[in-house]
Order: sequence, then structure tokens, then C-alpha cells
Amino acid sequence: MTTTIETAAGTAQTMVLNMGPQHPSTHGVLRVILELDGEIVVKAQPVIGYLHTGIEKSCEAKTYSQAITLTDRIDYLAPLSNNLCYCLAVEKLLGLEVPKRAQYIRVLLTELTRIGSHLVWLGTHAIDLGAMSVFLYTFREREEIMKIFEFVSGQRMMTSYFRIGGLALEPPPGWLDHVSRVIDALPGHVDEYEDLLTTNRIWLGRTQGIGILSAADAIAMGASGPMLRGSGVAYDVRKAFPYSSYDEFDFEVQTQTAGDCFARYQVRVAEIRESIKIVRQAMNKIPAEGPIRTVAPGIVPPSREEMKTSIEGLIYHFKIFTEGFAPPPGEVYQVIESPRGELGFFVASDGSAKPYRVKVRAPSFINLQSLSKLAEGRLIADVVACIGTTDIVLGEVDR
Amino acid sequence: MESEFTDKNPVVHKLREWDAQAVAEVIDFRGETTVVVPGEHLLRAAEYLASEPSLRFSFLSDITTVDRFPLEPRFEVNYHLLSLDRRERLRLKVRLSGSDPMVHSVIPVWPTANWHERENFDLFGIRFEGHPDLRRILMPDDWEGYPLRKDYPVEGYR
Repeated sequence: MTTTIETAAGTAQTMVLNMGPQHPSTHGVLRVILELDGEIVVKAQPVIGYLHTGIEKSCEAKTYSQAITLTDRIDYLAPLSNNLCYCLAVEKLLGLEVPKRAQYIRVLLTELTRIGSHLVWLGTHAIDLGAMSVFLYTFREREEIMKIFEFVSGQRMMTSYFRIGGLALEPPPGWLDHVSRVIDALPGHVDEYEDLLTTNRIWLGRTQGIGILSAADAIAMGASGPMLRGSGVAYDVRKAFPYSSYDEFDFEVQTQTAGDCFARYQVRVAEIRESIKIVRQAMNKIPAEGPIRTVAPGIVPPSREEMKTSIEGLIYHFKIFTEGFAPPPGEVYQVIESPRGELGFFVASDGSAKPYRVKVRAPSFINLQSLSKLAEGRLIADVVACIGTTDIVLGEVDR
Repeated sequence: MESEFTDKNPVVHKLREWDAQAVAEVIDFRGETTVVVPGEHLLRAAEYLASEPSLRFSFLSDITTVDRFPLEPRFEVNYHLLSLDRRERLRLKVRLSGSDPMVHSVIPVWPTANWHERENFDLFGIRFEGHPDLRRILMPDDWEGYPLRKDYPVEGYR
């Protein structure tokens, strides 16, 4: 890839340095072209596209149900959030309502996804800044969350567990005990990370006052999620546009006003604690029995029992898996709060069985745009802290 | 003429009051409002929606294109706006011809549009007038064609 680099004034003294695409602290294949004056970053220009896989184009060649598997692979640290947003978008297109039990299970699992994603972020961000041990701890806890996903859906990462109209499978018996074991241990572990970091002088020195994004800039640059809330804007899709019964849950939107790397760290750690609260509430709300899929013949597959015993069930099953279903023509834009921010799916239907257009509003892609603002005028080492607290997933940036 | 329109959405009503020319069509679907804006009025309408104190659409969530090939006008560029404090969304839609898909950039109103517009240029070949840095963003610089257009194959050779 050839890229023309524009250099700022006084080029005689500046040097251009490529950070990435193969660099351990760019969390994937991000390339940042740094223009340096000594060790000061004059200009930081992110170059992306190294992981572009054409997911949006591929979706157009799949049926609505088949495209779910592709959404897993967009943000591979939060596959369930992507599943949820896509399913909600198609359900909106169809005008489907999902049973309450399925909604609560969706909330519980996406909140676990948020915790898991924030744990990966915390571990990798700490390792970038030289705090090795936190990484080992957070991955220990994340592994327990992955085990829950494996227990429930059969897959650790690419779960594809949320389907249009509900869930793929009935969760196995005893799964809530498993969740409660993990969740009960978690607050103590979060205290452990905070012990290591929150008052650590090196940590404060590396994050406080670094990568400052003002509230006005954050809004102008379209930043969302912890990036926006770290700058003092209390916008959370779960509160502003509740989906999947989030309005029935009691939680606080976490904000900080400093807008620096430390503020974003505080927001994310506080969000882990809020997510624990939501998971606990969801555990109490989920009824022991009840449907996990809505009844919509021709759209949502019939139960195994019905497929085996009734001729209509068999026909619908066959038609759904061979031809798919055709939503009415129209366009919808559905947003959810993914661990990284406002995740949006724009789905356009032309009345056929395949989506006419699927667009992903990837929060990482847009948050990354602010990187130049965060890093310019700082030291090279601070660029690493800035990339870290932007919390990008390159799979989502490049799609 | 005025009584002909019954705008359920107060935002659409305001926009029409401000300039009836800026609203070519209003589409309501599944509780989402889409305002079709003629391309030449887009930047003005964007400025109005973002700065009008009673609307405050200060956050641009997304820009995306739909290719209606072989229909004309071929491209539909969708702008997803959000008013953070009023908790309201609005979609603006601009229809562009296939022969010369060009529309004014909205970077002066929402700086975040920079990468969104580069993406739409890269994948659909829409040109944004006044964009300071209109280069490919996801595909390599020397790539030929616009991959998300409907006349571009999903697999195989071009």
C-alpha cells in the first residue's frame, strides 16, 4: 500500500516513523504514521484497511439468518453484542417481538460480553504500559466468562447464539449457577486490579493528563461509549434508547469529566461493576420456564418437536433453511451500546430473502478517528496509551 | 399547499417551515423518519438541523450509501443524525445519479464525517465536494472499482 504523507511545516527537523501495522501495542494491524520532532509527535495519522474482509459485501450474498455468523467476526471481542444488534435490526424490519425470557437472557449474555471485553482491554492496556501482572489476572477471569459462553452456546468466541426471533438453543440446566459462581467472585477481582493500578504512581503518570479529549471534540468527532463518557457526556444507548428490556434494569451511566486516558480507565472499570449489577438483576428476572423464540411461522424455525410431528412445522423448517424469509421492503437503523460504544446496524431490504444492504456503524472505526487529536503534541510512549484507551478492535475498524 | 402535508414528526414540520424546498419526501417506516433532501440543499439543511436550538442534531452517527442499480437515481446516501440531549434520531437521504454521484461534504457541520465520507468514496465512488482528504480508506490506494456497488461481483474476478 502506498500512502502519501503530508508533512507539517519545518520538515527539515521532523522525522516520519511508521508505527505498525506489525506492532504489539497497536492491538492488531493498525498503522500509525507518526511525524516526530525528537520524541514529540507532531502529527499522527492512522492508516487502516489491513484487515478489511468485506463483511458488508458478503452479507448481501447470504440470507438474513446466514449473515448472523458474519456479524460474530466483526468485533471478535464482543461477538454477542454484534449478534444482538443485527438480530434487533432484522426483528425491527420484520416487526417481531421477542419473548421476555429471551430478552433477559440476551441482556445477561451481552453484559457478560461487556465484562469480558473490558477485561481484555484492561489487561492489554496495562501490558502496553508495562504492568504485566494485570494481564495475567484479567485473562484468568475472562476465561471463566468464555466458559459460560461455551456452556450456553457451544462456542467460546463465535457464538452466533442470538437468532432472529430469539435464541438458538435452550440454555443447559444449571447454567445460572455457573454464572452466579463467576459473578460472585468478580467484584473481588476488580478490587484486585484497582489495587494494582488506580493509585499506582507509575500508572497515574502514564495515564493522567494524557490523551485529553474535550466533550465538544468528542461529540464533533462522533466518539461514543467510554470515549464519550470519559469526556463527561452521559450518553449511553441502553438508557437513551432502551432495547431488549434495558429500561427494566437499574444501573447508572458512568462518566468522568477529565477526558484523559485515566478517565477512560475509570469509566471502564466502573462499567464492569455496573455490568455485574445488571447480570445479577437479569439472573433474578429470567423465568425458569418459557419460550426462547417468538412464534412467527415462516420466519422463526419451529421447535424440534414440532418439526418432527407436524407437516406445517416440517414445511416451514425446510423453507426457512433453504429459501430463507423475505422481510417487507424498507430500511432500519438499530443501535445498541456495545463495549466500545454506539454500535449500529443499517439494514435495507428490497423484499427478497437476502439483505439488500447491511452497514455496520462500527464504534472503533469512528473512535479511532480521534487518535490524531489525542496523540499530537505528546510523546511517542503516550501514543501507546492513547491507542490503548481508544479500545479499538481492528476487525471492527476494517470490517 | 401547506395543509397537504400532515407531518407527524415535529422535526420534519420545523424543517419544512424553515425551507419547504429542503424536504422532497418524508418516509416513515417502523418508527423511523427519513427526510429526503435534494442534494443542493443538504449542507444548508445539515447546518440548520445541527445549530437550531430547538433541534440540536449535534451528533452524526453514520453515513452510508445504498446502491439501487440499475434504477436511477442510482445512489442513496443516508445520514443518521442524533440529538444527544433530546434523545432523538433522524435520517437524511440524498439521491444521486449514477453518472456523476457528487454531494457536498458535511465536514463543516460534523467533523466526524471525514472518515465516513472517505469510506463511502472508497466503497461506492461517491464524491464529496469540499472534502479535504478524499482518499481510499479501507481498500488499497491502487484498487480499481468500488466494491460495494451492485455491479461489482461478490466473488471471482472482475
